[in-house]
Amino acid sequence: MTLQRAVIVGASHAGAQLAASLRQEGWNGEIVLVGDESALPYQRPPLSKAYLAGRSTLGELAIRSAEFYAKQEIQPLHATVQGIDRTAGRLVLSSGESLAYTKLALCTGARPRRLRTPGADLAGVYYLRTAADVELIREAATPGGRAVIVGGGYIGLETAASLRALGLEVTVLEAAERVLERVTAPEVSAFFERIHREKGTDVRTGALVEALTGDSRVREVVLSSGESIPADLVIVGIGVEPNTDLASAAGLLVDDGIVIDDRARTSDPGIVAAGDCASHDMARYGRRIRLESVPSAGEQAKVAAATMCGKSKEITALPWFWSDQYDLKLQIAGLNTGYDEVVLSGDPSRDRDFTCFYLRQGELLAADCVNRPRDFMFSKRVITDPTIPVDGLPITLEHR
Amino acid sequence: MAVVTFVSHGGERHEASLEAGRSLMQIATNNAVPGIDGDCGGEAACGTCHVIVDPKWSEQVGLSGADEEEMLAMNPERRPTSRLSCQMMVSTSWDGLTVELPEFQM
Repeated sequence: MTLQRAVIVGASHAGAQLAASLRQEGWNGEIVLVGDESALPYQRPPLSKAYLAGRSTLGELAIRSAEFYAKQEIQPLHATVQGIDRTAGRLVLSSGESLAYTKLALCTGARPRRLRTPGADLAGVYYLRTAADVELIREAATPGGRAVIVGGGYIGLETAASLRALGLEVTVLEAAERVLERVTAPEVSAFFERIHREKGTDVRTGALVEALTGDSRVREVVLSSGESIPADLVIVGIGVEPNTDLASAAGLLVDDGIVIDDRARTSDPGIVAAGDCASHDMARYGRRIRLESVPSAGEQAKVAAATMCGKSKEITALPWFWSDQYDLKLQIAGLNTGYDEVVLSGDPSRDRDFTCFYLRQGELLAADCVNRPRDFMFSKRVITDPTIPVDGLPITLEHR
Repeated sequence: MAVVTFVSHGGERHEASLEAGRSLMQIATNNAVPGIDGDCGGEAACGTCHVIVDPKWSEQVGLSGADEEEMLAMNPERRPTSRLSCQMMVSTSWDGLTVELPEFQM
């Protein structure tokens, strides 16, 4: 009998879940989980929060323990994959070795988008994606130091909150007219700008970075307005790009991310993909979407594992997200794209808890819930299945 | 060895050893207990680690806190001793604890 071996490329949230789910779905062969970081798969969301603040160790962030992988006979392999030979069914590793597979999963994730301005390669300029990135930032982040964060998205704002708590002077530079512009309503953006300003962060919108200047290290961030902001460290959080090089080189269909269907299959039905690297045609939204979200990575991974075991599951779960800043827990149910009406519960210009419901033609599409877990759980249920009767509605929806 | 038993909605039992310093959710995921996902990694943000504590044990392990309460309030499978297992730091004195899992994690 030939040996069956499932190989998972990428050992973060999607890869770790896929490995665990393969065993639950009954995969009896080998499972090799290939990752280019030496640590076992760890939780990434706490990196910009508890880990940056020094409140947790990498061991505490492990998604599952070393004993789990041993007992489940999942072999973590610290290696970088250089290419996929689909015809031969093997991977080429950067060490020159090759690794044969019966089934292949790509969970290659995403990498931070690089800043392209002059001086962006100076020492003291950081990105935030891995534990190693955060360790470098932590070393540079001494109390009283001046940090400039380029990008007012979730990563930028979470990092700002953590660095303020560490006692740094923090400036956030957002190129758009408001923070979180891509993802939230103006009311929610204004709320987060207010909170960060109240905490002493200098939030600047419409601020375009022209150059970074310095000597052996970065010293200043120069804006297009001509103004210069002194900086001891600069952290760039301007989004991510999917890691699709392996897939492209192997001839798989890539469009923003690795294109997958409802069963997580790539254009080669023998290869699945999941997580930040994957772009999925979502029936719910009538278009292909590449989600950057831990829960979606987990959901896609579970479906991918079922597919690899010859079972039939589909990716259907509602996308959701969360972000912690200071004592605020933001939970987001659904995607708000295409909303035509916003209904607020609570007053974001004054309160510290509120919900922003996004509606389209009277139907609930998404909700941003700040310190309102109950609204979040309500929204998740109602958006998933509008026919569910729910008592104690925080808002009245016309279609009910 | 102190042991906790997870009972699935269908009545299947999974035993795991209680390690102090971990949450009950981590014990479940580290022991491949089906039905506990812990999608958010223990931040009480997702509600996918819901367990129902055997009422005999609820005094010792405690009832849900305010954050958990908010997450559980909308759950149709919610019972008086429902907890989010990520918020339960285990103690080896819980030897013999039994928790039930809901039919659906949501």
